[in-house]
Amino acid sequence: MELLAYAAFFLTIALTYAIICLGLNVQWGQTGLFNVGIAGFVGLGAYVSAALTTPDAAERIGGFDLPIAFGWLAAMAAGGALALAVGLLTLRMRSDYLAITTFGIAVALQLVFQNTESLTGGAFGMAFIPRPFSGLQGEAFAFNTLNLALTAAVVLVCYLLLEHLLRSPWGRALRAVREDEIAAQALGKNPVLLRIQAFALGGAIMALAGAVQAHFIGFIAPGNYLPMMTFQVWAMLIVGGSGNNRGAILGAVLVWAIWALSGALISEVFPADQQARAASLQIVIIGVMLCVILLWRPQGILPEVRSVSRHLGRRNKDIQS
Amino acid sequence: MNPQAIIDGLIAGSTIGLGAIGLTLTYSILRFANFTHGDFLAWGAYLTLTVAGVLGGLAAGLGAPVYPFSFGWGLPLAMFGGVALTVALTLGLDRILFGKLRARGADAIIIVMASFGASMALRSLLEFIFTAKPAYFTKALQIAKPLGLGMRATPDQLLVIGLTALLVVILHLLVTRSATGRAMRAVSENPSLAGVYGINVDTVIRVTWIIGAGLACIAGVMAGLLVQIRPYMGFDLLLPLFSAAILGGIGSIPGAMLGGLIIGLAEAFAVQIVGAEWRAAISFVILVLVLMLRPQGLFGQKGA
Repeated sequence: MELLAYAAFFLTIALTYAIICLGLNVQWGQTGLFNVGIAGFVGLGAYVSAALTTPDAAERIGGFDLPIAFGWLAAMAAGGALALAVGLLTLRMRSDYLAITTFGIAVALQLVFQNTESLTGGAFGMAFIPRPFSGLQGEAFAFNTLNLALTAAVVLVCYLLLEHLLRSPWGRALRAVREDEIAAQALGKNPVLLRIQAFALGGAIMALAGAVQAHFIGFIAPGNYLPMMTFQVWAMLIVGGSGNNRGAILGAVLVWAIWALSGALISEVFPADQQARAASLQIVIIGVMLCVILLWRPQGILPEVRSVSRHLGRRNKDIQS
Repeated sequence: MNPQAIIDGLIAGSTIGLGAIGLTLTYSILRFANFTHGDFLAWGAYLTLTVAGVLGGLAAGLGAPVYPFSFGWGLPLAMFGGVALTVALTLGLDRILFGKLRARGADAIIIVMASFGASMALRSLLEFIFTAKPAYFTKALQIAKPLGLGMRATPDQLLVIGLTALLVVILHLLVTRSATGRAMRAVSENPSLAGVYGINVDTVIRVTWIIGAGLACIAGVMAGLLVQIRPYMGFDLLLPLFSAAILGGIGSIPGAMLGGLIIGLAEAFAVQIVGAEWRAAISFVILVLVLMLRPQGLFGQKGA
């Protein structure tokens, strides 16, 4: 029973990463936008939702005790708005300016989480974030299973919504811009506008994932949103298969499993005083894995399914060039 | 306003500028934003530290400080070794990773992503080998000497500023006056055309890595000498490096140096106004301002 409760806990965390991956897949997989500030968007969602839904606290502003669902929506709005601003600033320019700017966003937001104590609780973070089904917190299995079901439902909704969008004319236009910007432009599509829309949608989904994660764990601190997280999510999407929403979910669960297992292995093998040091090996493993996949199987485990329209069905063979 | 900020800014700016020169060169010639560049600084510092340790083991007298500096002959000697090893590291990385992706005709953004992955791996490897505990080139303490106008600097700091100026002048002459420099500029304008014209593009790429890695190592040693050596030192410098390169205009060596100095000075003054905990945000603010007002940078061409 305890093992099952842990399995449910593990899967729930993995699925929150799957939501982030789905958001990244809109930005990178479908549109080719390189976001190096994922941790910033996720953290923003977590903090916005936490500030709105926590009970009133004396030492900081915020704590409006609003319902969780409201926090989730507000997180999406904040993530989308930030992504929109970044998109407006950089998406007219060369593609790697977006990478550098998003990297800067994550650094700057990290500083805000860390330094604005009256808003975010500073280095101590925010506690008492309401958890869904908190009435059942005493029974680990029921609590974890219900939360798993809720998170899985969010993943499913995101997945169905994105699949629908990506097979719509809008999704086709996105891929057209990714593959050949000039050709898309010649057909009357506005590449900058499409990119900004896709970037904002992805940012909103990432922030939602941050909120879902924060409410499941019940506690957030600036240390949760380090560049490390950005890096893990990238590894997840690339391993799973960028451009493929199922690949994004699979990659999230797989890489999170590798991460958890290697962490457990390190705590078994290394003596206690060497563990912090050995934990850096985990990151080396993921970094090397990312580079190896880029070199040898850039399409990931589940490659993108090339479809023109759902009405035409899958025509993988004819279209793949 | 404390005039000491000028000295502090120039010193920090020297490190940022030297790092940004390497970044701007790889950016314009290899055509990708290299996220590993910050880690080249950190690796350069650690490699030099290792060589210095070996040299110190061979001849103990090398560690004795040479007046008026806080370090002995061992450190400049070790820096040559450190530069060679850092160059070897970057050339090796280009061979097994970036070069392979280039040869496959991968999109620039894929190479950026690979550099991002490599940067995480390199940094964590440093942390594994040397632990997160800060290291120092020297334990000697230096008294800052008054320079007038309320400013003070240690001999080490003045040496760093002087060495930076010397390196920038040499590099500028190399790029503007030598055949190699002309070849580099040609490749940055148009690699295929330069290749058709008989320029060996592979050699130019190699020279670019050598210059970039060499300067990164020296900048890392400077930062290590004046502050401390940490596995994350390069990562913390990455955003200032990118901001300096973009502020100066991608591909411009004087631009990168000037950008570095501006960022260094802005950080030093901002620390006095808004507090040291916001230091890392300064280069981000500058980056955003540049992208809004003059995206091609100070010395960049429009449409670049």
